[in-house]
Amino acid sequence: MQATKQNDITDWLEVGELDSIPRLGARVVQTPDGDIAIFRTADDRVFALRDKCPHKGGPLSQGIVHGDRVACPLHDWKISLDSGTAVAPDEGCAASFPIKMENNTVYLSLIPNEGCPQD
Amino acid sequence: MKERLVVIGNGMAGIRALEELLKIAPEQYDITVFGAEPYENYNRIMLSPVLAGEKTIDDIILNDAAWYEDNNITLHKGKEISEINRASRQVIASDGTTAEYDRLLIATGSNPFILPLPGNDLEGVISFRDIHDVNVMIDVAKQHKHAVVIGGGLLGLEAANGLMQQGMSVTVVHLMDTLMERQLDAPAANMLRKSLEERGMHFLLSAQTEAIIGKQRVEKVRLKDGTEIYADLVVMAVGIRPNIELAKKSGIHCERGIVVNDTLQTYDPRIYAVGECVQHRGQAYGLVAPLFEMAKVCANHLAQHGIGRYEGSITSTKLKVTGIDLFSAGDFNGNDNTEELIFQDAASGVYRKLVVQDNRIKGAVMYGDTIDGTWYFDLMRDETDISDFRSTLLFGQAHLGDSGHGDDNRVVSMSDSAEICGCNGVCKGDIIKSITEKKLFTLEDVRAHTKASSSCGSCTGLVEALLAHTVGGDYSVAPHQKPLCGCTDHTHDDIRRVIREQELKSIPAVREFLEWKTPDGCPKCRTALNYYLVCQWPDLKTDDSQSRFINERAHANIQKDGTFSVIPRMWGGGTTPNELRAIADVAEKFKVKTVHVTGGQRIALYGLKKEELPVIWKDLNEAGMVSGHAYGKALRTVKTCVGKEWCRFGTQDSTHLGIELEKMTWGSWMPHKFKMAVSGCPRNCAEATIKDFGVVCVDSGYELHVGGNGGIKVRATDLLCSVKTEEEAMEYSAAFIQLYREEAHYLERTAPWIERVGLSYVKEKIVEDEENRKALAGRFLYSQKFMQDDPWKQRAEGAEQHEFTPIKKVG
Ligand code: SRM
Ligand SMILES: Cc1cc2nc3c(=O)[nH]c(=O)nc-3n(C[C@H](O)[C@H](O)[C@H](O)COP(=O)(O)OP(=O)(O)OC[C@H]3O[C@@H](n4cnc5c(N)ncnc54)[C@H](O)[C@@H]3O)c2cc1C
Ligand code: SF4
Ligand code: FES
Repeated sequence: MQATKQNDITDWLEVGELDSIPRLGARVVQTPDGDIAIFRTADDRVFALRDKCPHKGGPLSQGIVHGDRVACPLHDWKISLDSGTAVAPDEGCAASFPIKMENNTVYLSLIPNEGCPQD
Repeated sequence: MKERLVVIGNGMAGIRALEELLKIAPEQYDITVFGAEPYENYNRIMLSPVLAGEKTIDDIILNDAAWYEDNNITLHKGKEISEINRASRQVIASDGTTAEYDRLLIATGSNPFILPLPGNDLEGVISFRDIHDVNVMIDVAKQHKHAVVIGGGLLGLEAANGLMQQGMSVTVVHLMDTLMERQLDAPAANMLRKSLEERGMHFLLSAQTEAIIGKQRVEKVRLKDGTEIYADLVVMAVGIRPNIELAKKSGIHCERGIVVNDTLQTYDPRIYAVGECVQHRGQAYGLVAPLFEMAKVCANHLAQHGIGRYEGSITSTKLKVTGIDLFSAGDFNGNDNTEELIFQDAASGVYRKLVVQDNRIKGAVMYGDTIDGTWYFDLMRDETDISDFRSTLLFGQAHLGDSGHGDDNRVVSMSDSAEICGCNGVCKGDIIKSITEKKLFTLEDVRAHTKASSSCGSCTGLVEALLAHTVGGDYSVAPHQKPLCGCTDHTHDDIRRVIREQELKSIPAVREFLEWKTPDGCPKCRTALNYYLVCQWPDLKTDDSQSRFINERAHANIQKDGTFSVIPRMWGGGTTPNELRAIADVAEKFKVKTVHVTGGQRIALYGLKKEELPVIWKDLNEAGMVSGHAYGKALRTVKTCVGKEWCRFGTQDSTHLGIELEKMTWGSWMPHKFKMAVSGCPRNCAEATIKDFGVVCVDSGYELHVGGNGGIKVRATDLLCSVKTEEEAMEYSAAFIQLYREEAHYLERTAPWIERVGLSYVKEKIVEDEENRKALAGRFLYSQKFMQDDPWKQRAEGAEQHEFTPIKKVG
């Protein structure tokens, strides 16, 4: 699924404390290349996706997080948080980004994982 | 080691149970399936279109070999189980293959009934049950001309139609004097016979077969009255019997079918049974909708989730003969205690009969135009009191008010390019293609695959009709009590009751108590539960913002480009220079692209960034303005006209009453959005009669109207009652709102709610019962004490800041 190996990444970006992201919610990292949504699940796993729904570009960060999916706020597509792919029968994906956690601090790499064509 | 599950019967019910099981517990069992037929699992229903030449066998395979492989299921096809050894927990096939089980699922279906007539074993005499039968029929039709079908029921007529399509001349011999007597009354049956005769089918009614004659092959059929009919092929379609021989032989308790309890367990706790072979609460079923429900409940118990019970089904019937549209459900014949409502237009070939008892629909028969079948079926299952719309009931749902889609009724005659779902632009052809190619059975499936009916839902009836027409029967939701969502089997009403009785005060508590199937629910149930809790416990801070849709979480409407709109409240549609100035200033300061006067008598600002919202709200707050809740399942607007203060026709101070109503009700959360209006006289400039609660002022006081809305299905209000004073109008309004808040299902607006429970019920609770009215109004006002805290002000002062600011900015 995700090709990038954690050890290969050198330029980790500190995002912030885990607790500044609401459980079952998301926050946004603004970058010159567009927003990246950082999601937190009920069991404190953290995922990062391009904040752009594969359907019509809806901001995924504004959706409802449930299990390891988020429901897009515009037309309710469900997107898997780990891979960024739309849950069948819908098709498409939002790029996912490597995340690591150290001492409750969340780090993000701005180089997307492979597997989802970039637009 | 994994537990072993063995399934006997590779048919529709057994494999459906496996599909449901794999969805919820894919790793739990090592699964082995035995099927007597030499095929993978196929869609038996579709044998009729295969026979009619509209489909091929390949088209109707539901799960191919790869599916069994992908799911690690061992399939023994063409192997019939001849023995179940319950002591050693082993099944044995007639070729000697064995398999051991920890749990066993019997899904052996049923056998066609073969009349005990001389000659019933001649070559060319068959039944209509499986692929083998269909292949025989198609072969015979290539070489021979004359077919006789014994039995004029659903299956017999589909066989006769198919054989006719294959070029044979077909005579249907039927014991009764009307066709399909178990589904149709005499007028509908006669209309059906006439249209089939027009297509060239022959009938011999009230006719009993005495013998089948021939040497090796069938040659003739002889009736009791001596008539003889040429026959190269005889199809017996006189009924089915649950296939219970194997179970019986193995000592499993059987009556007419294998007896199971509400969890689909037989008398041997390791052995479950589903499908046509089953007898549940004395009832055996012969249509797939109930079998699929059984499959779901059974899978749930096999997965050891231990919730969900099968409580029986009400079924409806359709005939899958292209171009013939009939629908039947429930007790359509009635008895001494029932009444009949009948509509008949012989010239255009339309017939409808509803059987009614105590103002509840008990049964329905329709011929010619069946688009409203699903609606009647819903009313029947919900046991809705129809007294309030009895006089128009027969004309269909469109007559309750439908602006856009009313006349495009006959789904069957629509062209493939006709648009069914206006929201998502899905045409009839797309839907049929998906249903057949992707083998969809349920409304949910069609929604997921095509998006039809997944947005506003106004085309749901059409989609259900298409589904029924394409696959036969009713595939919507056979349980009369629909579960809240896929995460639970409990209904809205049950859940609300449990929240109240068990004093559950958080979403996780509800999920735990009712054993939710998913760890943290889905958007559908989370938003509903959040509302139910807020409504039940207004004085506790139960609100969970992560279980609210973005609009309610951000207190602004999200737009298609991800920006937001801001709509401040303008009490009763009035404003002041000071407010207008503040709006103008904000619009300039934040370079607002669009300023628009809404349909709700107030002003909206469009295209704002989320980060800007709290700052804008602060400016608006300073001019005394609060959130308009234009984004919420909440009290929206109260429209008014200028009334007697200015208008030469005005009878009361409609503006004043409107403002008072809005001051009393703003900030309240509702099952759906809630709008009010007050017009100063019956000219009704404020459009009060299409609002959830509308007041029309008259000389003698105030007429109170309820249950209206604009939108896709325009519905004019019903008159609740008339009152004399403003105070009374306020009290009735509060009581009505609270009744709606406490009893409607989440996302059910007042119009469908009232249509479900009946206006009489609402009157009973509010108009006729003063004590109850006062209690309801009291509960509403109590709740309002905690709700009327402007959410914009809280956020402008820094609450929920994380919602509005990025966690980090780069570059
Ligand atoms: C803003 C406004 C249009 C405008 O610029 O005039 C509007 C905008 C929307 N309406 Fe409306 N409706 C607006 C007045 C109306 C009216 C007129 C009225 O209130 O008198 C109606 C018909 C009356 C009624 O509700 O019965 C109306 C019937 C609908 C419906 C159909 C409701 C129904 O029960 O069938 C929807 C769809 C829904 O709610 O599911 C809808 C949904 C929407 C949504 C929320 C669609 C959406 O989900 O994005 C739009 C939000 C846009 C936004 O971001 O602001 N809007 N909408 C109006 C806001 C009024 C206000 O001040 O709060
Ligand atoms: C032509 C036709 C049209 C129909 N049209 C409709 C319709 O429009 N709508 C509707 O709702 N329903 C319709 N039905 C009914 C529907 O097909 C059945 O209700 C449904 O298939 C029953 O499912 P089941 O799993 O109980 O039985 P089946 O689908 O019959 O499956 C049982 C399987 O078990 C196998 N089996 C039996 N005994 C053994 C054994 N000892 N060992 C191994 N395998 C065994 C059988 O060979 C069979 O394959 C139609 C049926 C037919 C025949
Ligand atoms: S119609 Fe009636 S209420 Fe409306 S403005 Fe005219 S007089 Fe007033
Ligand atoms: S933009 Fe996400 S579902 Fe349409």
